Amino acid sequence: MTDTDVETPVDVGAAPPHAVGGPPSVPEFSIVPVRGLPIVAALLVGLVVAIASNSLWALTFFHVAGGGLWTSIDLFLGLIIGPILGRLSVQSRIDFTVRFMPKMILIMPTLVAMTLGAGFQLARHLGNLDAAYPHHGWLVASYIIVGVMAVIALGLLEPANLAVLFELKKPRPSGERIGRLMKIFIYTAGITGLMQIATIVIMTFLASR
Amino acid sequence: MTTTPEQVLPGPDEIDKRQADLPPVARLATVTLALAIIGGIYMAAGYDHSTSLVPPVILAALAAAVLLVNVVLLARIKEFDWGTFRQVFGWALLAYLVIAGILEFVFVYDHTPSKQLALFTALLAMFAVDVPLLLAFSVARYQPVPATAA
Repeated sequence: MTDTDVETPVDVGAAPPHAVGGPPSVPEFSIVPVRGLPIVAALLVGLVVAIASNSLWALTFFHVAGGGLWTSIDLFLGLIIGPILGRLSVQSRIDFTVRFMPKMILIMPTLVAMTLGAGFQLARHLGNLDAAYPHHGWLVASYIIVGVMAVIALGLLEPANLAVLFELKKPRPSGERIGRLMKIFIYTAGITGLMQIATIVIMTFLASR
Repeated sequence: MTTTPEQVLPGPDEIDKRQADLPPVARLATVTLALAIIGGIYMAAGYDHSTSLVPPVILAALAAAVLLVNVVLLARIKEFDWGTFRQVFGWALLAYLVIAGILEFVFVYDHTPSKQLALFTALLAMFAVDVPLLLAFSVARYQPVPATAA
């Protein structure tokens, strides 16, 4: 999948302060980690079964587990990993990126599908979609927040993620381009992470009513 | 931090210089995405009660028009790595059709009224095509142009 011993020396931007030797190298990696696909398929089948069975527990599980992981990963990436990554050497950033970003290609869309699919069905099951539901306005506010996050994530974050991986696959990747795209990735992850806090506030408010 | 010639970030290359000549495909795809999502939010907000379908129909029509313009602009690009574009588009389309399919399944399973279902389906279809287009363009724009395309 991502880890092999084959390494290609490339020209990728500024070297670390304590770098020794030649230019950084890019480990051989796969853009889509194929070994993760069965897990994704199993989760999506589970989601469909949860929706089809209308099981309150299963819907709650997929919505809460998916939403919790989505929120946590966004916050952790944007507020913790991002700043750390910015201070690492170029070689360390490359090593991290080629092992981390392919996994994100599978993890994030799966979590989003789980959260939204199960969430919509759960809200319908509980009668929250009805305009007569006293906190319907809060629910609509959460739709708007998720909508803005979706535009940022799908319009900026994911394209940057993929473009970085394809750039790293080139025989001579451009360090400047990777740096520029990684900045977009980290900043947008941070923004969506902060917006996730608003989602947590709304969801915990609704769950406690 | 010491800097040696091989540590300096390289400046813009030929691929960066070519970016200015490309049509605003990524921006238009984001506009389509935003219109489709706003339409979806409007419909989800009024899901269990009778709200006018005129606003989401207008949003869907606008999204379709922008998507169509975008496809035309994209098709007119001559110097482009179409091989990479097709590769990314194909796999991303498969992935987003699965995601859109699950959401469609929810609406069908819930016996969503036919007019609403048709509109949800149209919005989901645009979502499922637009995102792969955006991803494929975002990757292919930074790839070297194959000799046959140049």
